[in-house]
Amino acid sequence: MTKILLDVVNVTKTYTIGSKLRNKSKDKVHAVNDVSFHLMQGETLGIVGESGCGKSTLGRMLVSLEEITSGTVDFDGHNLGKLGARKIRPLRKRFQMIFQDPYASLNPRRQIGKIIEEPLRIQGVSREERRKRAMELLEKVGLDANSYSKYPHEFSGGQRQRVVIARALALNPELVVADEPVSALDVSIQAQILNLFHDLQEEFGLTYIFIAHDLGVVRHVSDRIAVMYLGKIVELAGADSLYDSPAHPYSQALLSANPRMDTDETSTRIILTGDIPNPINRPSGCSFHPRCPIAKDKCRSEEPPLVQIGIRQVACHFPTI
Amino acid sequence: MKRRLPVSAEKSDSPGRIALRTLVSDKRSWIASIFLIFIAILAIFAPVYAHNIAHTDPFNSSLNATIHLHGKDVPVLEQSTGGLGLGVTPIGPTWNFSKYFLGSDNQGRDVFARLLYGGRNTLMIGTLAALLTIIISIIIGLVAGYWRGFIDSFLSRILDVIWAFPVYLLSISLSVVLLTSGLSIGPIHVGAGSLALPIIIIGLVYVPYVARPIRGQVLALREREFVRAAVGSGAKNSTIIFREILPNIFPSVLVFVPLMIALSMLTESALSFLSIGVQPPAASWGTIINDGLGLLYTRPVVAFAPGFMIVLTAVALNLLGDAVRDALDPKARLRGAL
Repeated sequence: MTKILLDVVNVTKTYTIGSKLRNKSKDKVHAVNDVSFHLMQGETLGIVGESGCGKSTLGRMLVSLEEITSGTVDFDGHNLGKLGARKIRPLRKRFQMIFQDPYASLNPRRQIGKIIEEPLRIQGVSREERRKRAMELLEKVGLDANSYSKYPHEFSGGQRQRVVIARALALNPELVVADEPVSALDVSIQAQILNLFHDLQEEFGLTYIFIAHDLGVVRHVSDRIAVMYLGKIVELAGADSLYDSPAHPYSQALLSANPRMDTDETSTRIILTGDIPNPINRPSGCSFHPRCPIAKDKCRSEEPPLVQIGIRQVACHFPTI
Repeated sequence: MKRRLPVSAEKSDSPGRIALRTLVSDKRSWIASIFLIFIAILAIFAPVYAHNIAHTDPFNSSLNATIHLHGKDVPVLEQSTGGLGLGVTPIGPTWNFSKYFLGSDNQGRDVFARLLYGGRNTLMIGTLAALLTIIISIIIGLVAGYWRGFIDSFLSRILDVIWAFPVYLLSISLSVVLLTSGLSIGPIHVGAGSLALPIIIIGLVYVPYVARPIRGQVLALREREFVRAAVGSGAKNSTIIFREILPNIFPSVLVFVPLMIALSMLTESALSFLSIGVQPPAASWGTIINDGLGLLYTRPVVAFAPGFMIVLTAVALNLLGDAVRDALDPKARLRGAL
């Protein structure tokens, strides 16, 4: 756990709204706004936030499936934003993405085995080698070897997600970005898949970025957790310290919304008022201030930077420490 | 309508094989296929019939021919006795396969033999034009839908321009213009009377009707996560198009095939009826209807026989198209796009 595998500096993604011809002013949506963090090899970073906060966009930028508007994503010394499509191709086997919807992630017209082999085929591995590796992977993710010649429609959601994981692992990646990999699955299946993620990390020394909106899931798998709100990281801390003592009022609200089994401590539910603001017209100052229970005048005018406080990073003028 | 569901897959059945099984268990597809195969065989063996059974030349007029009927020789074209004695009345159906089964047209040619030859041309032009439409549409749909941006706008506007004209107006205008001069593109020259002309014209005018739905599908497919996964594994554009996207638009293309053959065939018949499709003395079902126009009161079978063939073939093709659609995706209602 010494090497920095992924270094993300001031990454921003903006989308222009509407037609370029019609819209002279060019309204822009900042889907991801000035995000920085780094990731050590073998570490798992959880990214949480509500729908539309930009966590999936961020995830796709990290594996070069989305263009980066500004900022740099440095993967083991390679600046992904600067490399052209052609130069990225050989690097792609080192980072893979797992998608949310296991039903859309598999080509319905191809056999499971061929789907798992496809990344190997693309990277030019021989036929026998591919088949051997696919069988290996099927076993690794807990599927029958005779699944090889079956088609996706014959599998359940959990089994499909296992296939997706097998495909992601086919090229022996170092980094796996999992975008809500279990949110489409039953709770009982979620646990199986999360355990599989855990076992595979131990076996192959994988580095994970785990995107989710389910805090319970993220806590289980993550070493550190980044909380995102409206395209920005508002708090980044170790999993336990975030859960035990969230510093940002948004993290507190998010955690209080998470149902707990151990009800010996009387947790008060913080209910946020209003909706997540429109990312086209971001609120002035701290983008969370219209919904923040402790907002003061300073929050309306001045945007808080993400600063190191002790072992955590918080973007708040009045953090709870 | 009650129909059997496909038997649950016991062992690794591809979506294609499941669809095929549904299709085979569908009565409509059997009725339609058997009829179409029958028509196709008749058309293929048209020369055999003309030379060996009817002993007739369906392309040259035989104004003075006589046939032996009911023990006496009868002229094929009988001079009119009424009125001014002008014009002729061709012989009616003899219901005898060896001579003028459906009678003669006003040039003394065997209508049944011409019907078979006409089926050849109509079916061939319909099929080839439909294939041309579909091939062009797949290419345009893939290119526009996959690369989007400028190339998509460009291709879509061209399709809009073609679409802006009613199909028949456009095909009639093109036929009238090209019929006199033929078509020259660089070194390729298509002669004025060539059958390739109606194929090209009909093939082109229907492209927007097929290319646009395909483009829409490609646009949707390229955002699917399995395509993203292929990009994420370092796949090239060609790999993604041919291995991930094309197999998934194939089912809807398959649904289009019989429907487009029916539409092209109808268009061909209309053009030929207007004498701007297949050129005499060659026959198509449309030209035979035209031949029969003047005989509508005396010998209606000349116009009605090819009319029936057109209707039956079009119905069979549509039936087959519906069966294919239901087999591939019982929920899809692709015909709404046509």
